[in-house]
Amino acid sequence: MNVEFMLNGRKVSALIEADDSLYTVLRALGMYSVKCGCETTNCGLCTVHMDGKAVLSCSVPAARCAGHEITTLEGMQDEAKLLGSCLAGEGAEQCGFCAPGMMMNVFALAKENPHATDDEIDAFLAGNLCRCSGYVSQRRAVKKYLSIKAGEVCV
Amino acid sequence: MSEQKRGRVIGGVGKPVPKKDAPALLTGKPVYTADIAPKDCLCVKLLHSPHAHAMIEEIDVSRAQKMPGVACILTYKDVPDVRFTQAGQTYPEFSPYDRLILDRHLRCVGDPVAIVAAETEKQALAAMKLIRVKYQVLEAILDAKQAMDNQTLIHPEENWRALVPSCGADNRRNLVAMGEDAHGDVEAELAACDIVIDQEYSTQANQQCMMETFRAFTRMDYYGRLEIVSSTQVPFHVRRIIATALDIPKSRVRVVKPRIGGGFGAKQTAVCEQYPAIVTMKTGRPAMIIYTREESMTLSSPRHAMTMHVRLGAMKDGTIRAIDLHTLSNSGAYGEHGPTTVGLSGHKSIPLYTHHMKAFRFAWHTVYTNTMSAGAYRGYGATQGLFAVESAVNELAHALNMDPAALREHNIVREGEAMPAYYGETAASCAVDRCIARAKEMIGWEKKYPARTLENGHIRAVGMALAMQGSGISNVDTGAVMIRLGDDGIYNMSIGATDMGTGCDTILAQMAAQSLECPVDNITVHGVDTDTSPYDCGSYASSTTYVTGMAVVKTCEELRKKIIRVGAQLLDCAEGEVLFEGDRVVKADASVSVTLAEIANAHMMAGYEDISACISSGSPVSPPPFMCGCAEIDLDPMTGEVNVVDYVGVVDCGTVINPNLAMRQTEGGLLQGIGMALYERPTLDHLGRTVSNSFLQYKIPARIDAPSIRVEFEPSYEPTGPFGAKSIGEIVINTPSPAIADAVYNACGVRVRHLPITSEKVLLGERE
Amino acid sequence: MAKYKNYVLARSIEEAYELNQKKSSVIVAGNMWLRMCGMNKQTAVDLSLLGLDRIEKTQDGFVVGAMTTLRALETDTALNDAFGSVFARALAPIVGTQFRSTATVGGSVYSRFGFSDVSALLLALDAEVVLHQRGVVKLSEYQLEAWDRDIITHIRIPGGQRASVQSVRVSGTDIPTLVCAAAKSEKGIRIVLGARPARAVIAADGLKLVDAQNIHIIEEIAGRTAFGTNLRAGEAYRRRIAPVLMARAVKGCMECEAKEAAEDEC
Repeated sequence: MNVEFMLNGRKVSALIEADDSLYTVLRALGMYSVKCGCETTNCGLCTVHMDGKAVLSCSVPAARCAGHEITTLEGMQDEAKLLGSCLAGEGAEQCGFCAPGMMMNVFALAKENPHATDDEIDAFLAGNLCRCSGYVSQRRAVKKYLSIKAGEVCV
Repeated sequence: MSEQKRGRVIGGVGKPVPKKDAPALLTGKPVYTADIAPKDCLCVKLLHSPHAHAMIEEIDVSRAQKMPGVACILTYKDVPDVRFTQAGQTYPEFSPYDRLILDRHLRCVGDPVAIVAAETEKQALAAMKLIRVKYQVLEAILDAKQAMDNQTLIHPEENWRALVPSCGADNRRNLVAMGEDAHGDVEAELAACDIVIDQEYSTQANQQCMMETFRAFTRMDYYGRLEIVSSTQVPFHVRRIIATALDIPKSRVRVVKPRIGGGFGAKQTAVCEQYPAIVTMKTGRPAMIIYTREESMTLSSPRHAMTMHVRLGAMKDGTIRAIDLHTLSNSGAYGEHGPTTVGLSGHKSIPLYTHHMKAFRFAWHTVYTNTMSAGAYRGYGATQGLFAVESAVNELAHALNMDPAALREHNIVREGEAMPAYYGETAASCAVDRCIARAKEMIGWEKKYPARTLENGHIRAVGMALAMQGSGISNVDTGAVMIRLGDDGIYNMSIGATDMGTGCDTILAQMAAQSLECPVDNITVHGVDTDTSPYDCGSYASSTTYVTGMAVVKTCEELRKKIIRVGAQLLDCAEGEVLFEGDRVVKADASVSVTLAEIANAHMMAGYEDISACISSGSPVSPPPFMCGCAEIDLDPMTGEVNVVDYVGVVDCGTVINPNLAMRQTEGGLLQGIGMALYERPTLDHLGRTVSNSFLQYKIPARIDAPSIRVEFEPSYEPTGPFGAKSIGEIVINTPSPAIADAVYNACGVRVRHLPITSEKVLLGERE
Repeated sequence: MAKYKNYVLARSIEEAYELNQKKSSVIVAGNMWLRMCGMNKQTAVDLSLLGLDRIEKTQDGFVVGAMTTLRALETDTALNDAFGSVFARALAPIVGTQFRSTATVGGSVYSRFGFSDVSALLLALDAEVVLHQRGVVKLSEYQLEAWDRDIITHIRIPGGQRASVQSVRVSGTDIPTLVCAAAKSEKGIRIVLGARPARAVIAADGLKLVDAQNIHIIEEIAGRTAFGTNLRAGEAYRRRIAPVLMARAVKGCMECEAKEAAEDEC
């Protein structure tokens, strides 16, 4: 079947099978920032935005996306550079494989709770696993990013 | 060496330089294996054994082969009858050559029965369902204690081969290794001790759980050679392993490593490369395998589960006189890293208590069982041994009614002491005493030890443990570095060491910048391609900073000489008359100079020597980093739940090359250690099937589980290391298990000797 | 992975119901657990276009559409005001925000997962399930039934209650080792135990406050409840901590009530 949706601001049409996930379709469309780390919805690597909300693309049926707006890190490069500089400043990305999914969820957090506390950051991002960093540096980097967004800190 | 020179930031050692690949990683660029695979790769899937021990009686792939999109289906009948090991170790490997790509004899649940390659994943899976297999189910050995001299032999095959017979492997006894190392008369010393702690401890087959599962793609290049692009820590070993497995000349294999989504030792084993490789060899088509998380949890290379019997002898005043350790290590169905990991359980735990020690004995057995083959996981046996020895030391402190910190301070190895239990090496750099002192201060040990009860009834308690590791494998590990001078004075550095997210590309560039007195940005780094990179055994055994780092230093020395020679030639003076200043070569009297750019551009013309250098380095010693870890836990005495609320780690890794990256290594390693202690439960059912086969069933710490983790460094200066550096990558995982176990004891009196520390054990006590 | 041949975005609940009468059909709600189960179906029936994702306050409580996400339950102000934020607290440990942004309450209720925090809470609150064909059924009954081919359209949650959920987990985002939900209504206190690890059960109903606060009575109730063993813990451990969680959940209800009384005075 064919499905049409908005991908990073552009209308796309994709030939899909009924049981394809959004994740599969996004990879096929060249959105390589989207990663897969498990089959059980536990890792958060495949996080993208659907109509501005962070979702696990592995669990969204591709067929359900018709007419919806999908955003991946490819479509948020300016924000990625800003948050990326905060993470890189801490060395918090380490292997980087979990970074795109985590960053997409940070963008969702920034919209929902722009002044999140440490505990709120941890709770919001709890579904984004990282095995390298031990998380504490990522927490600091996210905090810094939120302060920059709130205009509290100059870049 | 001045840091600011003509407006440029010079050198990089000691600076928190961002990783060179950070911009690409943090904007989601396609830089990992699967991102760069050709679109027309065949999808490779494995049919796994449902039995822990079986023989294939019949296998029929005829119907499967006719399915749409199927390119090939391979069984044991289609692979070379040449045994090999997947272990990424220097040849001749200690790990026995005990496996085929596909074998009739299946030795664990998950062992591959057939390889299916099809145009799409769905087609491969559909075809796989039609493969008919008749198994003869054999008696399985799941318990390591039952393995040695069992009637059931896991490797009865005639062409099983141990390349290093001295490690004691014997397939007729289910033995992967056995041996003993001793110093002094341990029995006499133990008999003379006032107190002997005599206990058994055990650790689990933990999974590394790197976020990127095992994966590789293969294709034939334009010379008709097999090109393997793999998420591996050991590209040069993969070249040898795959050539051996396929029984083809090594000249026909090339291995390329792109960016890697984590390794932690898992990818020091060639877990998956052989499967797409044989498909490409048979079909000529590009092929890719991507392990599912389930495969990565069930047919991979986890930590060797070990059972350790410790006898720790001391006098009433706390003087430790003797340690006797026996380790039984479970290598699983194959011997990968079996002979070597077990050695670290003693050699990297006992030497911590060298100071008064009169005798030690360390004996070991590594056995085959019908469980998933183990491999290398950060800490590599030291983690297991330190859980046992550090727990025993804590038990000794309680038995003597001493503060465990004071007990350690009394017994720890001092800088300059020879360590008989560490191959006789001397602790040339050792700040473990300062690590303990600082960790105590940071956690508030004097005030908090042992425990206090909060208003809500919860108990707060602290626990401590020490750790050591090595820095590379002495006399074995080697790494070479090549640096070439290019246009306008840039440096192209090629390394064979494999950055798996740790940042070694950046750290090695920092060292080169320091040696060449230039900004870090002036050093480009090229990742690994076995066709073009200088040889490096790979990134494991905590070797990269120490071993390859030293190669950087030596290469830069050589390069400086060449720059000086050409500079002198251009200035028309003798080599001895000029100095290299990073961006120029200047005559000692400062009368004339020539810029590096001029030298670089000149040497690309006829008449000048090539300015490049490639030097390898290895070390006769493996200087241990040391650390002290302190856990503060919150224990709910009504449910037995344990949460780490604060963890302090103070590390002596010699000179810290990049404080940010060293800190991240430490924080990440500590949290993995906390996961191992509390959450991660590798579990088999009675048929040998892994139940903990997903992130749903095998819980690694999430953000909300991460306590405050506070890390500081107490640097020593390692004379044999680059800029005084030692290793950091592995040691950091070792302290949490013993420290948390003792904190639990301090909180509620329950001693957990068998990991993990579950709330069930805490509440109900440990059952045998 | 679940496999389907056709994927139908139903235009009406009637259409969805008709399609779902075939054994070869399956209803897709959040698609969280469904995709993992490896079932092979002809037709997947998607309910996402039917407007079943609203939370409405009514005279006697709330009506929640079956496709309402757990995240919506967690963040809905009216719902959480009405129940002392118990939804926010009880659902927060479930995997992660992204998971909860697509996992649905209808999916949780239909699946009757033993480990479900959602079912335990709704059961304690004496929720009702509105089925397209059968109409309104008590969750306490529905919970015990086998899977059928009817479709949940709404969940009704009676108001005027205070509730608390207590759980023990291996790690912060794990499914519970044991979960206990207690709710206090006019009829007394109801205590539900889930992740035993079997399906959630009502361990006690209509309990008087004085009895609910008596640890001996709580222990006796726990003693009558069946527990089992799985990867996360053994039967003995669950039995041991059940009264602890039950007492805490009862206490949680009371604290919630006291806090609101104090707020009302302000």
